[in-house]
Amino acid sequence: MSIQERTRGRRDAIGVGVALLNRLAQWRAIDRLGLRKPAERAVFEATKTGFRTAGALSRRFSAASKLAAPSRLPAAKGTGRFDLTPTEDQQMMVDVVRSFAADVLRPAAATADTACVTEPQVLESSAELGLSLIEVPEELGGIVTERSALTGVLVAEALAHGDLGQAVACLAPSAVSTAISLWGDETQQATYLPAFTGSSVPAAALALLEPRPLFDPFELQTRFTGGLLNGVKSLVPRAAEAELFVIGAQTDTGPRLFVVEPDHPGVTIEAEPSMGLRAASLSRVLLTDVPAVPLGSVEDYAECVRLSRLGWCALSLGTARAVLDYVTPYVNERTAFGEPISHRQSVAFMVANIGIELEGMKLVTYRAGSRASQGLPFAREAALARRLCAEKGMQIGTDGVQLLGGHGFVKEHPVERWYRDLRAIGVMEGAVLV
Amino acid sequence: MINLETPRKFRAFVNQAHQVAAEMLRPNSRRYDLAEHEYPVELDMLAAMVDGLGASGTGSGAGASGVRRTAAAEDGVVNGSNLSSVLSIMEMCWGDVGLLLSMPRQGLGNSAIASVASDEQLQRFDGVWAAMAITEPGCGSDSAGIQTTARLDGDAYVLDGEKIFVTAGGRCDAVVVWATLDKSLGRAAIKSFVVMKDTPGMTVERLEHKLGIRASDTATIRLENCRVPVENLLGSADIDKGFAGVMQTFDNTRPLVAAMAVGCARASLELTRELLSEAGVQIDYDRPVHLQSAAAATYLAMEADWEAAYLLTLQAAWMADNGQPNSLQASMAKAKAGRTANDITLRCVELTGTLGYSEHHLLEKWSRDSKILDIFEGTQQIQQLIVARRLLGKTSAELK
Repeated sequence: MSIQERTRGRRDAIGVGVALLNRLAQWRAIDRLGLRKPAERAVFEATKTGFRTAGALSRRFSAASKLAAPSRLPAAKGTGRFDLTPTEDQQMMVDVVRSFAADVLRPAAATADTACVTEPQVLESSAELGLSLIEVPEELGGIVTERSALTGVLVAEALAHGDLGQAVACLAPSAVSTAISLWGDETQQATYLPAFTGSSVPAAALALLEPRPLFDPFELQTRFTGGLLNGVKSLVPRAAEAELFVIGAQTDTGPRLFVVEPDHPGVTIEAEPSMGLRAASLSRVLLTDVPAVPLGSVEDYAECVRLSRLGWCALSLGTARAVLDYVTPYVNERTAFGEPISHRQSVAFMVANIGIELEGMKLVTYRAGSRASQGLPFAREAALARRLCAEKGMQIGTDGVQLLGGHGFVKEHPVERWYRDLRAIGVMEGAVLV
Repeated sequence: MINLETPRKFRAFVNQAHQVAAEMLRPNSRRYDLAEHEYPVELDMLAAMVDGLGASGTGSGAGASGVRRTAAAEDGVVNGSNLSSVLSIMEMCWGDVGLLLSMPRQGLGNSAIASVASDEQLQRFDGVWAAMAITEPGCGSDSAGIQTTARLDGDAYVLDGEKIFVTAGGRCDAVVVWATLDKSLGRAAIKSFVVMKDTPGMTVERLEHKLGIRASDTATIRLENCRVPVENLLGSADIDKGFAGVMQTFDNTRPLVAAMAVGCARASLELTRELLSEAGVQIDYDRPVHLQSAAAATYLAMEADWEAAYLLTLQAAWMADNGQPNSLQASMAKAKAGRTANDITLRCVELTGTLGYSEHHLLEKWSRDSKILDIFEGTQQIQQLIVARRLLGKTSAELK
């Protein structure tokens, strides 16, 4: 038993639930922040679309006390029954995140998209929700006692129903805390995790992508030699303010993850505004002889790629659902030739297919997430989820615009943003993790 | 707790179904495809075994147990006969769809009986092999337009009309016939009746020659002055609450047909993967698809669609087991599985070239069998109509 366990006692299922409720209570504070009233929101003066800067100054990460061995979450124990019912804890978490997505993310989406930044208050309240605690063991300050990839899936889905770009900005730090929690040694866990479980969660990012066609996360051009990283990472969320990176790089034995503190002259950040996900302040990270410490093994890297792909699948579920929820009343209210356009099969069947494919995407993603949580192999399931979500998700995005016709093409409606955001699912690697 | 794996308690049973499919159905698959209308005698022995399984409470071989509830576990979650049925059907149809459809005492009519019959009827029709007769020469998807009439005359209904595309209509013991009590009252007056084959006035006119599922007989049945005892009417005799009742059957049978599609498509995928592998094409789940061969990328896309169809089918069955309304999900499963199976089986023939197209393998057969799975028990288009009406909150009068 660890020192923390003995002093604080172990949380049981009820304890975890209470911990979540506590988070919810804290989250009510956003009412006072005025985030529910988008009209009163301050608009950012400048858009952050064309900068080049050094890496952000890191706080001093240091290990106050560490465990004798790294803490590892055990696999979730299954009931052996086919079941589509989330646990009470998951349901509670999802309900809270869903209201956050509806009340905070959705109203701020258009502005954040234009400004290429997610407002600090939004990021703060998302941190208050405990997003970076979901995958961290309670003995390290998190809230879970077993693997919870599926909870991560449900939370990402709920967030992206509000806005995909801001969801990525909110989830970026938790990708790093999750990676360190899952694969870090006792020193890395003790050094970095307290910051993510404390009151001010640092910006941080998991960077795998590199800028070239046919990118393969298992053949990286960023290399680790002699303790130093060299290369270029692409579409890294909130990189300019990140105080910590987990970066994928090739070694002689294969690709691995590395922990990098960006407070080094060899780190340069370049804005990389893209088609969508603009609220995530996407950037390139240029690395020249940057010291880095390995995190996990080559096998862990492969698991990281898979779990990250699952994260993107989960995000696509939320945004695709947003499309369905938006077009449904639209096609019922919009009339042409004297009746609602939804009375035409060509329109109605498009909606039906959005519903059918979305339900399929959801179940395939849940299966992969559930297998990951239960410690079962999930490479196949994650690959199928990615294939499906990339293809059908984009189809839903384009159909969403099509169903609104010319109105879908203008920014008065959110479907054009969802179209841009959903294109990312087939492109992205890293950045989020479940 | 969300878990989409095969329930532990069904694993042995699913394996058993797989063994039957591999050792009994597959070896006879080509034979009865070529010898259409020949009775697959092997199935009698098999049916006896399936009956045994049913009696042991393991679940049904081909889904004839309908919606009878299974006791819930401590947390209230039920894995019951709907789920075991679709799992079993998937395995059997991995073997052969046509032969499954010819399985004695496991007809779609049995599913209808199990879903809506009273306890007394359930007992009386126990062990009866029942086919389902809905379609008529002039009405297919529009089942509300049924012309077959049922006229009450003393202690019997007198049925008159013609039914086509009756699966297992030649071989069954009884036919569940849809007929209207009053044509002017539309769908509300449509009722289903269990008509025993030896009832005077019922004749099997002919058997169809088909594109696929040739092992299964498809009959045309004529009803002329056919007197059916009043107690053979399924569900309520009241005209005001009729159609919903008979349509409810579909919520239970559509996942079964979706399961057939899932099983058939898996057969194609597995053999294609084997043949591709012999040709040097390996499927890698981690590497990006665009860095793999076009054949591997196609395979992955097909397998992803298959996985969605598979899980949609399990979801619809699981909801039925747990007493959740599942019309929407049943139609979603049927729509996705029907079109996916047809697409997969056809693309597998293309990928495997002459090996797939010729009769050396069963790939060409599966691509013929799969077509019906996107048609019967509600076509693709009907499923989309149902899904669309549900999602959009439209009536059948508004969204035609």
